[in-house]
Amino acid sequence: MTATITTDAVTTAPGRASKPPRRRRGRSVPHLLLIPAVLILLVGMGYPLVWQAVTSLQEFGIAQQFGKPAPFVGIDNYVSLATDPDMWAVVGRSLVFCLVTAAVTLAIGILLAVLMTAVGRAARLTLQISLLLAWAMPVVAAMTVWIWLFDRRRGVVNYLLDMIPGVDMNRFSWLSNPLTFFLVASIIVVWMSVPFVAFSVYAGLTQVSDEVLEAAQLDGASGWQRLRFVIMPMIRPVIAIVLLLQLIWDLRVFTQITMLQDAGSKAGEFDLLGTYIYKLGAGAQDFGMASAVSIFVLALTLAISWFYVRSLLKEDAQS
Amino acid sequence: MSATTIPAVAEERTAPAIDAPDRPRSTKLRLRPKVRAGRVLLSVLAVVIAIVWVFPVYWMVNSSLLPNRQLQSFIPTFFPIGGSLDNYGNALADGSFFTALGVSLSITLIVVFFCLLFAFLASVAISRFRFRGRASFVLAVLIVQMLPAEGLFIAQYKMISSAGLLNSIVGVSIIYTAAVVPFTIWMLRGFVAGIPAELEEAAMVDGLSRSQAFMRITFPLLAPGLVASGVFAFLQAWNEFTVALVLLPSEQMHTLPLWLRGFIQASATRETDWGQVMAASTLVAVPVIVFFLIVQGRMTSGLVSGAVKG
Repeated sequence: MTATITTDAVTTAPGRASKPPRRRRGRSVPHLLLIPAVLILLVGMGYPLVWQAVTSLQEFGIAQQFGKPAPFVGIDNYVSLATDPDMWAVVGRSLVFCLVTAAVTLAIGILLAVLMTAVGRAARLTLQISLLLAWAMPVVAAMTVWIWLFDRRRGVVNYLLDMIPGVDMNRFSWLSNPLTFFLVASIIVVWMSVPFVAFSVYAGLTQVSDEVLEAAQLDGASGWQRLRFVIMPMIRPVIAIVLLLQLIWDLRVFTQITMLQDAGSKAGEFDLLGTYIYKLGAGAQDFGMASAVSIFVLALTLAISWFYVRSLLKEDAQS
Repeated sequence: MSATTIPAVAEERTAPAIDAPDRPRSTKLRLRPKVRAGRVLLSVLAVVIAIVWVFPVYWMVNSSLLPNRQLQSFIPTFFPIGGSLDNYGNALADGSFFTALGVSLSITLIVVFFCLLFAFLASVAISRFRFRGRASFVLAVLIVQMLPAEGLFIAQYKMISSAGLLNSIVGVSIIYTAAVVPFTIWMLRGFVAGIPAELEEAAMVDGLSRSQAFMRITFPLLAPGLVASGVFAFLQAWNEFTVALVLLPSEQMHTLPLWLRGFIQASATRETDWGQVMAASTLVAVPVIVFFLIVQGRMTSGLVSGAVKG
């Protein structure tokens, strides 16, 4: 904190002050301005967070729902999670789902962004409008359409696949087998997420100056070499951030999985972390365990997002 | 053309490239038909991908217009020829849509109002003042913004239910405002910082007080930022599913996403009326798509701003 103040004082001292030293008058003004935001964050996020951290160290089940005091059990909840094969299966599935989906999303998004730069105006606009429409779809509405598309009997997907000679997909039930269930989930999430990646990377690509590319071309760099050695390094920061956001978002696919379970099966092997917590908490009323899994999810998210937060902080320091 | 002039200049400096001025031109001439063919091919590819990507959206609207008799057929109908709006009538018939619309609108308006108010005050604080705790506040905002609903909703459910606020608009609005306010602060901060403080100072030299200067000079310039952040908050609250699911169990208090999910849930037990479901989805999606298109550019740049600029 002192560091910011001193650098600020140094830069503002010589005449041209972009940020006037307002803190002399009314020192409490900024703090007053922050009060409402801080209060709502403390109530809506802070309190549940603390409650959750405490409860994850307690035995808090149905008995406690009816007023029995919750005994402190230390890290027992975490130990029973760590030794529970179901938990590991859910964690493994969630991580694989997250990594695969994010990787596929990134690959397709980057390819589409490069494609946008390579085609004419009309084709580019067509592609952009189509991606925007997909992006704008509310998740729940998108899920109902996709469930209809993958419908066992009258879905278009089975109809089209069945037309391929030698493929019999008539009445193939996508949602009753975990592997195809998560394949469908992954396709849907990729469909929803690619537009954001494509537009962000495209914005990054348009920042690469033509002069630099021309210079590389004159030096004899082929198209691939220009992409690999000139364009990629320049858009690496965008790709890094988009990848981080994608990893974080693909961990929170509760809505998508819940809706697919509504249409398919609610059995345990169709669970990812979000639905697992929901079943532990809202279903089995085991709040101690649900809290412990939640804390695990939060820690995982924070670990991934740290780099993202750091890059945003850097931007804040510049502005 | 510029491509041919640059090597001409370069050639004067570097001796070995005597035929340089000719070479790019001739290779260009030779390549041109091939390049053009490649470009056409890529354009075709782009349009094909566009069609594939927009297909689910198209399919939603298409199915919503078709009578059930046609949807029950094993051969899909790809164009809504002879379609009607009957499905919309059926989806709206029992009035539950309007109940859900009312709940969604109340929650969303409350969340947008308080988010904008709180975020506006906070963003002024962090972009116009240097003060003790500023860095920690910015850090907290950024971290809280990343927290997934999945990691907190059970605790939030416990808190809201012990406060007796289950199935109440107040309870869910508190959670939504807390969840949306961080990114709104982050978005507005950029807008406030973009308005030079010098403008206010000039007004103060002309005799306005600081708060007057702020309200008359900076505030009007901030309008586009407030609209963009407001629409962002609107979309978040309007589309939210996870928290609504646990905090609003009563059917009377279902928001539009929960109402829409009801159709899919019902499909497990009886034959789904897909025309009606798709009409319902279209009703929910259209206002969102319209609003989304307004703020799309700002949301992209807000999320990856540092990376795109630098």
